[in-house]
Amino acid sequence: MMKSQAAESQQLTFVHHLGQAVVGFVTLAGDLTLFGLRMASWIIPGWPRGNVLWPVMYQIGVLSLPVILITGGFIGMVLSVQAYEQFALMHMESQLGTVVNVTLLKELGPVLAAVMLAGRVGSAMAAQLGTMRVTEQIDALTALGANPVAYLVVPRFLACFLLIPLLTLFADGIGVLSGWWFSTQVLDVESFYYWHHSRRFVTSYDLLSGILKSVFFGTAISLIACHRGFHSRAGAEGVGQAATEAFVYSFVVILGIDFLLGYLLMELYPILWK
Amino acid sequence: MSSLIELENVSRQFGTQQVLRDITLSVETGKTLVLIGESGCGKSVTMKLMMNLLPPSSGTVLWDGRPVKDRTEKEIVRERLRFGYLFQGAALFDSLTVFENVAFGLRQNRRLHPKQISQTVHERLRDVGLDPAIVVDKKPAELSGGMRKRVGLARALAMDPEVMLYDEPTTGLDPIMSDVINELILRTRERCNVTSIVVTHDMNTVQKVADRVVMFYPLARLNPEDPQIIFDGAAEEAFESLDPRVSQFVRGEAGERLQELAIG
Repeated sequence: MMKSQAAESQQLTFVHHLGQAVVGFVTLAGDLTLFGLRMASWIIPGWPRGNVLWPVMYQIGVLSLPVILITGGFIGMVLSVQAYEQFALMHMESQLGTVVNVTLLKELGPVLAAVMLAGRVGSAMAAQLGTMRVTEQIDALTALGANPVAYLVVPRFLACFLLIPLLTLFADGIGVLSGWWFSTQVLDVESFYYWHHSRRFVTSYDLLSGILKSVFFGTAISLIACHRGFHSRAGAEGVGQAATEAFVYSFVVILGIDFLLGYLLMELYPILWK
Repeated sequence: MSSLIELENVSRQFGTQQVLRDITLSVETGKTLVLIGESGCGKSVTMKLMMNLLPPSSGTVLWDGRPVKDRTEKEIVRERLRFGYLFQGAALFDSLTVFENVAFGLRQNRRLHPKQISQTVHERLRDVGLDPAIVVDKKPAELSGGMRKRVGLARALAMDPEVMLYDEPTTGLDPIMSDVINELILRTRERCNVTSIVVTHDMNTVQKVADRVVMFYPLARLNPEDPQIIFDGAAEEAFESLDPRVSQFVRGEAGERLQELAIG
């Protein structure tokens, strides 16, 4: 018996492993979609009470603010430093504001804020729900007549859906200011031209594109984190793995959504904005 | 005697691992049924199946003679409130205070005035021997194991259940606290006339509270044709059983299992 199992495992080829990975991915994606649909079906009937929603919003929104401001602040300055070198070669330093602000609002602000929040909020949510799973607190909710999806997932989804775009706005705002400050105070770019060129090239469409992306990022982070937490395996290792998976899967999905939406919004720009 | 809960040919597996096979069991109203057996033999899973916290892989769970699967989701949620469940580690919500834990079910399911909720919470905490003035504002992390179990019991009793399910109520407690919990199981049954189902390894609990004992055996050590329930009878009969698997368990003797130590 043992020998036949060993022989069988030895016969597994690269194709088998690839097949297993594909099946695993499709199963996970399907399960996550069903989880999302189940959550969506509970948004209206299971609308959370204030005493459930506010603490989650405080945890996700208010307590994330410092880390978001730091992230936004550094993105603005880093963009200035990197772009300045290239622009200086072409004597186009006065155009610095354009590239800093467009990149920040459309791309790096939403993406890096979301990655930061996937680490801070997503992992914490997965670890918390995973601990609740393994200590039977989720079963206890069911036993006491509460639906765990309505009680645990809906408030986290709402908080991420509403607050991650808001936090992205904060990151954008502080990034714009830090980029301007660094460009004008340290790199000696003329403030008038910095804003003049920014206003010429940065449109509301850029800002809205970034915010729209962050709405999708917030949805993805909350669903992935809650899904991983709900499916956590027992023990410290299981909960730790759920937290790690929540971050890694969120990160990959954020990049995927960023690419798809970036492409889609680029194609839609002439139709929607001109 | 009518059966509140029945399992008909119920099996349950997790992935490829089968835990329960073809279990048929009924729970009589007003009695205390104790499930015993080695760790991993499926006792706790059986309790979760009884309360529909887990669905069976095959077979039927019946409440009041009617299959649970024939009920709507709403009916199941409503009827599940007839059951109180004391979880192994108490499963208190660690972000909530003791008061909020005990009040949880009432706030969730009953439209009661906050004063009524407060009154019920205080009463239930007193019923389990805790001073409300001292514990209500504490978080579960600040409580001892015995206190957590008692708060868990108060939380379940707050909903006035018809059936109480206790999952290893005395595990991890000192002998005195174990006796307190056993006494609480008895008093709860007498005062509220509840049907009780207790999963335990503790023979003191069996002796003290059981009307009927059912012993499960791990599937890994059974032949495919053997039944998984190896004993079903009164507590005294369990202690006098001639089946070595039962007698060794109730006396706490390893017997031939000591041979496992020789491996390696």
